[in-house]
Amino acid sequence: MKCQQCDKPAVFHITELETGEVRELHLCEDHARSYLNQSEAAEAAGEEQQAGGGLTGPLSVGQTADELAVLDKKACPMCGITFFEFRNQGRLGCPHDYVHFEKELEPLIANIHGASEHTGRRPERSPADGAALPEGTEELTGVIGLRRSMQEAITHEDYEKAREDRDAIRGIEDRWLGGSRRNAATPTTDDPTHET
Amino acid sequence: MKLDTLADKVGEWLRGTGPESDIVMSSRVRLARNVPQYPFVSRASEQDRVEIERFLRERIATVPVGRQLESIDVGRLEEIDRQFLVERQLISREHAEAQGARSVAIDGLEQVSLMINEEDHLRIQCMHSGLDLRGAWDQIRVVDDQIGRVVPFAFHPRWGYLTACPTNVGTGIRVSVMLHLPALVITRQIDKVFRSLHKISLAVRGLYGEGSQAMGDFYQISNQTTLGKTDEELVEQVGDVVPVLIDYERRAREFLVRETQQNVHDQVSRAYGILRTAQTITAEETMQLLSRVRMGVLLGLIGDVTISDINSLLVRTQPAHLQKLRGVELDTKDRNIERARYLRRHFEGGASPAN
Repeated sequence: MKCQQCDKPAVFHITELETGEVRELHLCEDHARSYLNQSEAAEAAGEEQQAGGGLTGPLSVGQTADELAVLDKKACPMCGITFFEFRNQGRLGCPHDYVHFEKELEPLIANIHGASEHTGRRPERSPADGAALPEGTEELTGVIGLRRSMQEAITHEDYEKAREDRDAIRGIEDRWLGGSRRNAATPTTDDPTHET
Repeated sequence: MKLDTLADKVGEWLRGTGPESDIVMSSRVRLARNVPQYPFVSRASEQDRVEIERFLRERIATVPVGRQLESIDVGRLEEIDRQFLVERQLISREHAEAQGARSVAIDGLEQVSLMINEEDHLRIQCMHSGLDLRGAWDQIRVVDDQIGRVVPFAFHPRWGYLTACPTNVGTGIRVSVMLHLPALVITRQIDKVFRSLHKISLAVRGLYGEGSQAMGDFYQISNQTTLGKTDEELVEQVGDVVPVLIDYERRAREFLVRETQQNVHDQVSRAYGILRTAQTITAEETMQLLSRVRMGVLLGLIGDVTISDINSLLVRTQPAHLQKLRGVELDTKDRNIERARYLRRHFEGGASPAN
């Protein structure tokens, strides 16, 4: 691939994220350097950086377009968001993304916060309620994937699978949200097993 | 809750009381929280949003702080009512303009506001008049703890509270103060101040949050980062810089009085004059002039108006408030005429015409 500014081979592949727009740049070493210096200079000039500004910086330098393409297709098994969609919108799809994309998010988060470890408050543990245990997060995010799977099964009229998914959802919710106080909105009227 | 009854009152941040209230309008802390069993709001289906809203609203209603709140279905409000809540800083512009199931729960004093289905599933906000970050923080901690006992917040041992945008991850806290800095604006020192704030990772915004223009010399200063420091450290980070800014503004005010007394007196008197006599006036100009008059009152150059009076006018001359008080919807042109009329009546009577 040629540099977009001259005839030298492009060795730098830069992805810029700007207010919901993705711009890909393929540049030779010289042009990449002057480009990056430029954006640094703009920042140093005290240009107001909006919240979320960290997201709009170059994602990474030196990654090949192929590597980026593969990364972009990586999708969260729970909510289904791809890394590409996240880069486009600047918003994650579900809490599990922080686990699934941990490696990719690490440099981004470090860039935004200048830190990569939470030291603040934690949810209070109150075993009586069970609900507030942080360990519940991991298991509860599973419900997001199960709900998608259940919808898909219903679409394919695979009611047995839908029933399994529903039971799995109920199991997790009962364990972490408390059986009697489970969300009243859990399917009753639109029960997938209720064949009409 | 009848929104019309709110129009006659002024909310917490406009009381014009509390420490350093000549410069610090209000102190606010907000926490971003999510539940793990649903996608974040931007990726949630309409059904998900309905369930999230119900789940949070019902559970919050079971804890003591929740029982003192009144819930408002934002999705079902008329546009003017949503705008009204934005003007009182009880919901964000984003929340007002969003789609789908969403609500806000507010306490009678308008100190606590819980937005459900904003960018995150739950945004807890506590706002106090004047410089009182400590008080706002102490209050929000209680609210967060009580809700946390009945709602499982999405939490990761390394990343902390998980939020829709990585810019909020960790503590999920945004600590902000709203400052009135007219003298720093007049003496053209404001940009220098903001540049130095930016260097220590503090953000500066206008009156109505992200992306809003600073109007009438009102600025919000808040923390930019949320991860790696404790909540208390972040509260202190903002709290520590406020006395410095107060000192700068006071010195700039003293300088103005000392060096350009006649000029300043002229400026605030003209501003006051326009407010009392204009026949049509925009919200922006009103805010700009009220800002000058507010400074004039604080410098002792205008005697027959109080600070809480000015504060209340700041919000009551906003478009939605104006229409609520008048009881009819008005287009921009008619609003400008009505605004001028409202101001004239207010200053003639010496007391709020709403009373």
